[in-house]
Amino acid sequence: MVRLFTDELNVGYSDRLIVKNLSVHIPDKKITAIIGSNGCGKSTLLKAITRIISHQTGSIILDGENITKENTKVLAKKMAILPQTPESASGLTVGELVSYGRFPYQSSFGRLTKKDYEVIDWALDVTRTKEFKFRPVDALSGGQRQRVWIAMALAQETDIIFLDEPTTYLDMAHQLEVLELLQKLNREQERTIVMVLHDLNQAARFADYIVALKDGQIVKAGNCEDVINHHVLRTVFQIDTEIGRDPRTNKPMCVTYNLLKGDS
Amino acid sequence: MTKEKHFSRNFSLKLIAAIMVFVGMFVVAMVFGAANTTVKDVWLALTSHTTNEQITIIRELRFPREVGAIFVGAALAVSGAIMQGMTRNPLAEPGILGLSAGANAALAISIALIPSANYLTIMVACFMGAAVGAIIVFGIGSMKKGGFSPLRLVLAGTAVSTFLYAVSEGIGLYYKISKDVSMWTAGGLIGTTWSQLQIIVPFIIAGILFSLFLSRQLTILSLNEEVAVGLGQKTTQIKVILFIITIMLTGASVALVGNMAFIGLMVPHVVRAIVGTDYRYILPMSAIIGAVFMLLADTLGRTINIPYETPVAAIVAMMGLPFFLIIVHKGGKVLS
Repeated sequence: MVRLFTDELNVGYSDRLIVKNLSVHIPDKKITAIIGSNGCGKSTLLKAITRIISHQTGSIILDGENITKENTKVLAKKMAILPQTPESASGLTVGELVSYGRFPYQSSFGRLTKKDYEVIDWALDVTRTKEFKFRPVDALSGGQRQRVWIAMALAQETDIIFLDEPTTYLDMAHQLEVLELLQKLNREQERTIVMVLHDLNQAARFADYIVALKDGQIVKAGNCEDVINHHVLRTVFQIDTEIGRDPRTNKPMCVTYNLLKGDS
Repeated sequence: MTKEKHFSRNFSLKLIAAIMVFVGMFVVAMVFGAANTTVKDVWLALTSHTTNEQITIIRELRFPREVGAIFVGAALAVSGAIMQGMTRNPLAEPGILGLSAGANAALAISIALIPSANYLTIMVACFMGAAVGAIIVFGIGSMKKGGFSPLRLVLAGTAVSTFLYAVSEGIGLYYKISKDVSMWTAGGLIGTTWSQLQIIVPFIIAGILFSLFLSRQLTILSLNEEVAVGLGQKTTQIKVILFIITIMLTGASVALVGNMAFIGLMVPHVVRAIVGTDYRYILPMSAIIGAVFMLLADTLGRTINIPYETPVAAIVAMMGLPFFLIIVHKGGKVLS
């Protein structure tokens, strides 16, 4: 039995649905990637599941409870969210920012306890951001900053972590660094990771489960063999792909592609 | 590096330094003025029951006036800091987002329609006016999708404020009370009495205490709305409470001194340069620096052109305008 799933979920504005009748199970302790073209509703789906935006009909169930009925602070101890490019409007120091990850555990006036400091230190350690602890977040490079935000999400000590395009704006090496960090967290601590990814080959390489969306509906959900293939990608992205194998990981990868001719 | 709590100790030092500056400024404000008074007079006025002419001036005129300056400065600075954090807009300020103008209009209306209005009535009217002004500005700002952009809010705020000031003027002219209204709105701290302070100051203290209680929530909100939700904040609820606090603080200030722009804009930016962007530090520091600033402005107003008063609002505006231009020039960078 999975802890988190949606059932016939509809999300959108009154006149236009963005996510349509979508039912998906998020496998526990796995890495799930959501892929799809621009505007297909992948970010919207992520935001709905994490209660950032409300949904019209259908339900989102976590641990047998509908999340709309659950106390938001309780949810914050179960799932953490890293939004797309958090405004860097943060002259907060790295240590201060990460300490706010403890927010769900504190009372209104609460000071940080010894346990809080331990978790914060651990989060800084794992993400290798401890050396920046007293530096302002916005003085860091993109890759460092992303690791700091991940540290904040980790300080929340949740079993499930959602990330909306965690690699955007990063160069290749830093993209890999972030994804490997997430993979490590998944493998070593059995965190469930759900992320929106743009890069198909990154999805194939790092995700255990891939959800391919088009027009707010699932085209195919399954492991990378099921999803990263000529047929599915043709439907999802309207591209004609040549699928090969990554010589190092033996995962399927898109070697080259063309736009489909015509309007199919 | 084992400076685990280094930052907070650092803040304590800064806070102590600020309090010392504040006390120094208070003494200066009490000593200097149109009447010749000495530190000794001030000391006697505050600590003894002795009376002579100097001491009476200090006790009955200058002391309440400076207490008013302290609370108005603190209230406007905290109010501005909250608004900047809430809207993630470096230009947000009660004077710019329509709160002050709304309170002013309400003040004019209440003077015109309720000649017997007492201080409490006027203050409540100012609260309502500030709320109406802000609601109109935010309403216009969010009419279009993706509203609340810094620019749109400032434009809407300027337009609505101009309109509301025109309303105050119109009411003043129509009811032939222009003089009363402008005495109030441009008079600054002149004629502040203990009985006025008794009514208004509790609201300011309550507002500031509530805001300190919510300072961590404000920091999270200032980062990013989605982050705030993800951390388990009831964002709508928190925003409504913060909004009410800003209205209380601004309304109370307007009821006491009338129109006073720029303090709410400037002080939080100065404070950020000192303590960083965590509102746990920004809010208390803003209260102190706001008070210091207002004491300074009022003292200048009383002493630049003895025996005439230079309006405090003019002094604040003269210091504030260049600052405003710097922020516009630097864009949002100042906030971060």
